[in-house]
Amino acid sequence: MGNPCAVIGIGQTHYTTKRRDVSIAGLVREAALRALQDAGLTWKDIDAVVIGKAPDLFEGVMMPEAYLADALGAAGKPMMRVHTAGSVGGSTALVGASLIQGGVHDRVLVVAFEKQSESNATWALSTHLPFSASLVVGAGGYFAPHIREYIRRSGAPEHIGHLVAVKDRRNALKNPYAHLRIPGIDRKMVESTPMLWEPIRYLDTCPSSDGACAMVLAAGDKLTGSTPAWVLGTAMRSEPIFRAGRDTVNPQGGKDCAADVYRQAGITDPRREIDVAEVYVPFSWYEPMWLENLGFAAEGEGWKLTESGATALDGDIPWNASGGVLSSNPIGASGLIRFAEAALQVRGMAGEHQVDGARRALGHAYGGGAQFFAMWMVGSDRP
Amino acid sequence: MTLEARHVLEFPGGYTRTTGPVIGRFLTELRDGRLVGVRTAGGRTLVPPLEYDPGTGDAVTGEFVEVGPAGTVESWSWVHAPRAGHPLDRPFAWALIRLDGADTSLVHAVDAGDVKAMRPGLRVRPRWRAERTGQITDIESFVPEVTKIVSPVRTEYVLKPGLALARFLEGVAAGVFVGCRCGSCHKVYVPYRLSCPECGIAITEEVEVPDTGTITTFAINNLPDPRAPEVPFVSAYVLLDGSDVPMITLVGGVAAHEVRQGMRVRAVWVPEEERTASMANIKWFAPTGEPDAEL
Repeated sequence: MGNPCAVIGIGQTHYTTKRRDVSIAGLVREAALRALQDAGLTWKDIDAVVIGKAPDLFEGVMMPEAYLADALGAAGKPMMRVHTAGSVGGSTALVGASLIQGGVHDRVLVVAFEKQSESNATWALSTHLPFSASLVVGAGGYFAPHIREYIRRSGAPEHIGHLVAVKDRRNALKNPYAHLRIPGIDRKMVESTPMLWEPIRYLDTCPSSDGACAMVLAAGDKLTGSTPAWVLGTAMRSEPIFRAGRDTVNPQGGKDCAADVYRQAGITDPRREIDVAEVYVPFSWYEPMWLENLGFAAEGEGWKLTESGATALDGDIPWNASGGVLSSNPIGASGLIRFAEAALQVRGMAGEHQVDGARRALGHAYGGGAQFFAMWMVGSDRP
Repeated sequence: MTLEARHVLEFPGGYTRTTGPVIGRFLTELRDGRLVGVRTAGGRTLVPPLEYDPGTGDAVTGEFVEVGPAGTVESWSWVHAPRAGHPLDRPFAWALIRLDGADTSLVHAVDAGDVKAMRPGLRVRPRWRAERTGQITDIESFVPEVTKIVSPVRTEYVLKPGLALARFLEGVAAGVFVGCRCGSCHKVYVPYRLSCPECGIAITEEVEVPDTGTITTFAINNLPDPRAPEVPFVSAYVLLDGSDVPMITLVGGVAAHEVRQGMRVRAVWVPEEERTASMANIKWFAPTGEPDAEL
């Protein structure tokens, strides 16, 4: 795994539908400055910048890393852009970590963002190229059939998704950065919202958000700021979207990625040994699906864990204490937010949504047609 | 019997208003395209100026200070249907505007275009008339500051299908699905392709598969789409008989809620004379009526 690496600074913007008051440059800088402040550092202390965002069509800005170099204090420094669809936020952190683990740099700033209000993500994801006759309308249209197949295979009752939709939004009320704040949300409210892509209802989906997240990563002997979160394991996997026998409900890429990151972190029983997980759940049903994919439950049993309340903030394995992607979704940043929230938990700095005594946390992101995966394990103890 | 008569009382040429030094200075500056306020003895800047400080009753000082030209909307009321005497002939807001540097606010019109653009805190600037005479109407209206621009981005491509897709579309033009079989794992891929995503080797064996298959899973879409005939519509993964990868397609000829996983379907082709080298040749997949397949 290379040299020790730790998270020493975290910065987030308040996620919202439209940040009318700042440019894209102003948005990323806001998150970056907060991360630097958390680490007690300034721009000059940073060796390199890694930036991630989802497809360029979202804002219509090509090569945003060139435009954003000045805003991130990167003039004259190495700067690169990462792009792995929805998992990009996670991959961005992993690329940054690898620069430290490999001994190339001492301190790396990683930043990810999306300003969804500049266009429309469903439009950008449904480009309808000639010669094909794809009828997929946006991400919901793509994922709905796979959720239906999960329900068929597992026999899960139809309210399971609604439980997640309620739980994550209740957690969001404890997170000052969360976008969706729905006091009094309950199953009845979720079930009364329109069916968009059956079986996905409106409140089973994530919002469209503007926002950015940043982290300062440092080598083990270059720590500043308060409590570090140590990187215990990092892994990325991908798989072709059209491969005969590909399991779209429980993708091999996700299983392999989890196995790799657990091996590095010495995890053999994730449900018992991980204290809190921030997992990319953009549609509510993906909680039980990923519970199985990530080894927290046996195949077909994930929904029972959700139903039992185990993944709630007061359960034995809280998932998405921050409110998750269901509550805030600046797409390109969403993966990095998962990684950052995992780090906040083991630093004991998650505020009202802190899981008491969290020592080991999983950060997870996925993207494309559930074909790109990025994960890390972070801990309070130096490995 | 009702007696009624119309009578107009209007002083010929209009009354004059002698401005006095304070209001006169304000209007003179306005004619020059500047906004000024007057200082009170207590140090407040009144805009528009008053001759006597309403707080103390004292005369204001002779000190004038330039303010604005930008300001902030403090409160507003939307005029949906402007009247003849209004400054604009389209819907607008009457607003209380605190000009930068002023301690009081000025009533003026804001040409915001849409009521949704109005909010307390909105930053506005004056739109001056070209010909000014020293009246408050020398400012035609205030307009919001520029906070957003529209940036049209357009890329135009010429797309040519590669060898594999061209071969597949040739088949579709003739009413058949052309696929291929990997020589190593023996999986059959439709559409036809030149390499195996599992084995990473070149594929050379071409196979034709029938236009019947099984729905493995599907979505019922309640959001309209120009390519779907109605809402709700069903987009489904159909595993063609003899193929090992499903294709995503529209399902028709059946009510959305009667579609099932495992349902047997067949392609409905457009009439031969309408066919092109395109997937549009397949109107949709419709149930065959056979018993459902085991998944």
